[in-house]
Parts: sequence; structure tokens; C-alpha cells
Amino acid sequence: MDSNIKVFPRFQPFKVIIYIVCIFLAALSLFPFIIMIVNSTRSTPEIQGTAVSLIPSTHLVRNYTILVSKDIFDPIRGFVNSIIISTCATLCSVYFSTLTAYALVVYEWKARRGFFTFIMAIMMVPGIVVSIGFYKMVYAVGLANNFLPLIIPAIAAPAMVFFMRQYMIPALPLEIIQSARIDGAGEFYTFNKIALPIMKPAIATQGIMAFVGNWNNLFMPLIILTQKKMYTMPIMVSLLKGDIYKVEYGSVYLGLTLTVLPLFVVYFLLSKYIIAGIAVGSVKG
Amino acid sequence: MKRKRVSYAKYGYIFSIPFVVTFLVCTLYPIIYTGIIGFTNLKGSTMAFSDAKFLPSLGQGLWDNFVETITAPTFHTALSNTVKMWVINFIPQIALALILAAWFTNNQKKIKAQGFFKVVFYLPNIITAATIGILFANLFAYPKGPVNDILIQLGLMDNPYNFSISASASQYNVSFMQFWTWYGNTMIVLIAGILGINPEMYEAAEIDGANGNQQFFYITIPNLKTMLLYTLVTSLIGGMQMFDIPRVFQNGQPQNATLTASLYIYSQAFSGTYQYNKASAASIIMFAIISILSALVFILLKDKDEAKLHKIIKQQEREYKKKIKLARQQLLKEGK
Repeated sequence: MDSNIKVFPRFQPFKVIIYIVCIFLAALSLFPFIIMIVNSTRSTPEIQGTAVSLIPSTHLVRNYTILVSKDIFDPIRGFVNSIIISTCATLCSVYFSTLTAYALVVYEWKARRGFFTFIMAIMMVPGIVVSIGFYKMVYAVGLANNFLPLIIPAIAAPAMVFFMRQYMIPALPLEIIQSARIDGAGEFYTFNKIALPIMKPAIATQGIMAFVGNWNNLFMPLIILTQKKMYTMPIMVSLLKGDIYKVEYGSVYLGLTLTVLPLFVVYFLLSKYIIAGIAVGSVKG
Repeated sequence: MKRKRVSYAKYGYIFSIPFVVTFLVCTLYPIIYTGIIGFTNLKGSTMAFSDAKFLPSLGQGLWDNFVETITAPTFHTALSNTVKMWVINFIPQIALALILAAWFTNNQKKIKAQGFFKVVFYLPNIITAATIGILFANLFAYPKGPVNDILIQLGLMDNPYNFSISASASQYNVSFMQFWTWYGNTMIVLIAGILGINPEMYEAAEIDGANGNQQFFYITIPNLKTMLLYTLVTSLIGGMQMFDIPRVFQNGQPQNATLTASLYIYSQAFSGTYQYNKASAASIIMFAIISILSALVFILLKDKDEAKLHKIIKQQEREYKKKIKLARQQLLKEGK
């Protein structure tokens, strides 16, 4: 009988305020992108008439034609270049960071403690101090306009080594490695076939973060890549600011939309892992 | 049969080689290189390093590039802009992130659709900063642009305002973009921090009749201190290197109002007269500033933690002594 009694939640005015604030912030996050997507389908006169509209128009194809006709903005090339760089750099950083963490966790060696302290110390080195020396070095060895200078440095990612180590200590029981040794497995084989699969969840979250970070990087590609055919997506985007597109509002919005869409797709598919990844990565004390 | 004892220690070294070699070649060597360039006359897009000379051999002072950079008014402007735009973004960012984190972790309020809000608040952070800079430049377009349109329709303004030629409006805009892209990230970090606090503390506080505000100020904030300082350090290091957004938004304009230290270094080294030596000196100075600031925060952080630990140990000792005393008294009583 008592189970029929419904308990109505007490009306909480404070809770209403919380929801209003949250909805306002959500709108603030989404609104610029909505305007961007809608305006990418509208013509310049339409945008000049009313800049804000939620109704898509019919000029998508025309905007695209104008966008690529200037022979500067090439979304497909930018996309392909960015994919190559980001994928290779991400693979390098997750593989070698896990390997370095493995060296720190599994083996007893004299310099181990010192090496870990060293990794903690270099985590905070600002990228700006490396840039000019790196640029001069890259030009001296003839690797300008090459993707390698944007990929190779990813091998040494101190923050990721730190994260991988924190994850590996509880996740990888040393008994497994002992038994692999008894079965006659080599150390490198054990790492590849036993440690890497166990580290998969950490590799996934760190990999996504590294990929997005590499994809969005503007500074280094901007100084290393000077030929148009090598441009990455962020460099392509920065070209939209130029005078060439000054009056082509619809095309600029379309160009921006094209650079954002792949990120949207990745984000909405993987947001769960991304958000879990930031939460876990941040708990360092 | 003889069994050989194998030492695996050497694999620790072998597996660290890729990291160490890459670090030496791609980070340490470039830093030293940058430092050395700071003492030379290396400039111009065609000059090779082998042709560059150290300043003393040219009759100039060894530290001339550093002195010139430190005394250059543009560098001062860039430095103060960077600090200003970072502070204007960081204070509201950490405040809002803290409030949202407290709301989302509150067991009594049980906010619904949290997953959705988290995903949406974090969204701007994964979008290319360059895209956001240009998107905002377009949103604030003059005379016809979305922001001007909305402000006029809401009746807040009579005529469109040209945001791009106002120095302070441009600075606030850059700060806002930084705030907008980072508060979601900070919020998620702080939520993780709050969830890491022992829930028994909150239960005990509730039993003692503490309300939400009291719990926030007496439990959440003190226990989040380390996390807040960590956020401060990472945001500071990132903020001092602010580049992408100011570069594509207005490229430091108008009147150098959005010129940041990184943008200053970039434009010295990679445009105009290619003054690699001055840019190198400026980046070493920035390195020193960032290192000193983060070291300061770290020292504060470490001392506080140690003091806390010391306090806890003392307290435990006292309790232990008390227990022994009680037990002794008990024994004495029973003995009688």
C-alpha cells in the first residue's frame, strides 16, 4: 500500500538557477558553431543582410567553388597532410612513451630514480624556447618542408611517459613478465606482446589526446612548412584571414566548417574516452 | 646443469634510449643552440650559423641582444599584454570551473544531464585554436556581423561597433576565447579532484549540520589546494606561450594590443628582418620568467604539503600517547 505513495521532489529555486546557468553556457559553447555551419550555406549578400540566421540557405556548392577557386585553400590536401603528421606523431609518442614507462616500472637499474626525476623536470619546458634552435637545426640538415621534424620529436613526450608509468604500476603485474621469461620470451617480445595489450585503455585515451593536440598545432608547422603543398589544416585555416577572402563571408564560414567537421565527428564518437582521459590524466597530485 | 643468473638491468637503459636520444636532439640541443644564437649577430633569412659571429668579436657587449630585448618598449608591451590577457581569462575561468565542479559533484542537488553539459562545455577545447580565432574575428565583423546584429536587436546598441580597432575590446576578446576554450577542461580536472576527496568528510560534515556553502569552503577548497595550484601552473605555462589565437585573430593588432610574447618572438624571427639573435634572447628571457614563476608556485605548494604532513604526524603521535596513557591507567585500575 505504502508503495503507491509518490514522493514529489521539493521545489528548489537554487537548482533552477543551476540549470539556467548550465543551459546558457551550453548555448554559448554551441552557438558560434551553429552560426558558422548555417552561414556556410548562405551567400555573402544574405549574410550581410542578416548575419544571424538558423535557416540554412542553398549556396553551399557555390561557396565551395569560390573557396577552392582562389587556389590557396585546399581542404583535402590540408586534411591528408594533417592526417599523416598527426597519425605518425601519435603512434610514435604512445609507443615510445609506453616503452620508456616500461623501462621505469619493470627494471631495476641504477639511474632509474634519477631518470624519473629528470622526466618530471622536463615536463614543464616551454616549447617556445626550443623553436628557434630547432628551426635552425632543421634547416641546416635540409629537413625543412618535410614532415619528419614534426613527427620525430613526438618520441620524447615526458607528460605521456609520466601518465603511462602511473597507469602501468597497478595494471601490469611483474609476475606475468617473470613467467614470460621462464617460457623463454625475449624482453622486447614481452613488451610488445604482453605489456602493450595490457596498456590498451591508457594508450587509447592518451592517443586521442595526442592526436587532437598534433592536429591543432599551428606554431611548429608554420615555421617548418613553407610550401603550399605541405600545409596542414591549421595553416590552411589561418589563410582564410587573408585579403583574398575579405568579402566572401560564406566561403570563409564554409572553410572553417570543413576544418571543424572531422574534429566534431571524432569528438562526438569518442567524447566519453576524451573526458575520462582528462580526468585521469589530471590526477597527479 | 649450470644456471646462469641473468641481470635485466641493462634493458632499463636500452628501452630508455629512444626517449633520451630524441630529447637530446630535439629539445636540449635546440635550447642550447637558441641560447648561443642569443649571443651572436645571426640575422637575415640567408645567413648561415657558421657565418655568425659572437658579439664581443664585433666590438659589442656579450649581452647586448638580451639588454636590447629587455629594454625594448615593444617587448614590454608584449609581456604585459600576455600577463594581462592571461589574468583576465584565468580568474573567471577558475571561478566558474570551481562553481560548476561543486554543483556537478553535489550529492543533494543531483544535477541531471551532467554528461551532456560536460561534453558541450569541453567541446571548444578540442577545436583548432586557429579556427576559433578566425571564427570569432568573423562573428565580431563590422559593420555587419552576428555579434553586432544581436547587440542591436537586443537594443543594447544603436549603431554597429567596430570591435577590431578597439585595443581593449580586442584584448578582452582574446581573453574571452581563452576562457571559453579552457573552462570546460579546468572543470573536468576539478571534478576529478573533488571526487578524489574522502566522502566520509562530507558525511561527517552533514551529520554535524554543515550546509552546502560551509562544506564547499571548509572541505572542498582546502582539499583541492594542490589541484588548484597544479591548474595554476599548467595554465600559467600555457598562457605565457599564448600564440595561435592572437596570431590568427588580429595578428597582434590593433596598436600591438594583442601582441603576446610568443607572437613577438615569432615576428622577430620569422618575418621582416629575421632577427634570430634578438628572438633567441627574447625566448631565453621568457624561459627564465616561466621557470621562475613555476618554481615559485612549486615551492609554495611543496612547503604547504610538508607542513600539513608534519601536522598530521604530530597529531597522530599525540593521539597515540593519549591512548597509551589511557591503557596504562586502565591496567593500573584493573591491578587494584
